[in-house]
Amino acid sequence: MFGRTLWPRRASSAQTAKERLQILLAHERGTGTGPDYLPALQRDILEVIRRHVPVEQDAVEIRMERGREVSSLEINIELPAPRR
Amino acid sequence: MTTELKQERPVGKIIVITSGKGGVGKTTTSAAIGAGLAKRGHKTVVIDFDVGLRNLDMIMGCERRVVFDFINVIQGEAKLKQALIKDRRLETLCVLPTSQTRDKDALTKEGVEAVLAELREEFDYIICDSPAGIEKGAQLAMYFADEAVVVTNPEVSSVRDSDRVLGLLASKTKRAEEEGAEPIKAQVLLTRYDAQRIAKGEMMTVEDVLEILAVPLLGIIPESPAVLRASNVGVPIVLDAPSNAGSAYEDAVARLMGEDVALRLDPDRRPGLMRRLFGRTA
Repeated sequence: MFGRTLWPRRASSAQTAKERLQILLAHERGTGTGPDYLPALQRDILEVIRRHVPVEQDAVEIRMERGREVSSLEINIELPAPRR
Repeated sequence: MTTELKQERPVGKIIVITSGKGGVGKTTTSAAIGAGLAKRGHKTVVIDFDVGLRNLDMIMGCERRVVFDFINVIQGEAKLKQALIKDRRLETLCVLPTSQTRDKDALTKEGVEAVLAELREEFDYIICDSPAGIEKGAQLAMYFADEAVVVTNPEVSSVRDSDRVLGLLASKTKRAEEEGAEPIKAQVLLTRYDAQRIAKGEMMTVEDVLEILAVPLLGIIPESPAVLRASNVGVPIVLDAPSNAGSAYEDAVARLMGEDVALRLDPDRRPGLMRRLFGRTA
């Protein structure tokens, strides 16, 4: 996304294609496990949180944004409303 | 089950995009039709059935955001809601990516059925992007379909494979197996149509292909540099800069909705007409 502004103004679509592939393939080759560690990660995170607060499986939202330099993993957990 | 529905029930129609042959434009078509339907305000999800060779995410431009996939959902490792990727351009559009690391055996008929049933509760259109071939992945992509779009190039091997796929749609699907069910409504979408080469007699005409396959025509997508451009940048062609191919897909979407839209046979008229006249005298 932000990489686009660093390119010459008339970046060709082929350059965009190359850039997208480079980022994606670096991730796919690098880990070898692909995104499949995420189910286990989610399970573990939920387990830890459940030791303290009762949360449902549905209450977790995980978002990923893979970038060239950094990737971000955003985990949103909806906690139950406090009981009266 | 919800007892009270605030809105009308979604249409929940399953459309498979299939072809038998690879490289004819199934994923481009899935992305274009999915985005085209969503653009018209219909809640639409596009599912990648090509397990192990995920590509719909790239064509839709959401490849960096894949967290969970169709297989994770089938195997109970993630909820459907978590695996659906919301399109950033159209809020009515979602993508359900497939797994890049597993193989087609991870797909089960029961799993696919359960996911489709859940999607039917929420979406108007469920577009199933079939893998090439006629094996498990392709068969499961078509099994629960209500309608089929058979993507065909005006070329002998593609037409032959389309014919084979039409045979499978009529025999190896839920609608074919259930007594009294309406058969799948199958239509042909001709892609990579080159009016100039057809005029020169180098490529079969629309009439030739339809005569052989004997199913209705959903549309004709001209060969266009815009298709490669759109895939380079990860934008479904109907959302990219206006192009012949983009308009042809919009027309196909309109016909899919039952609208009567005239075919635009000769997208690049001037040189096409000249060569057509020339070609016909030869």
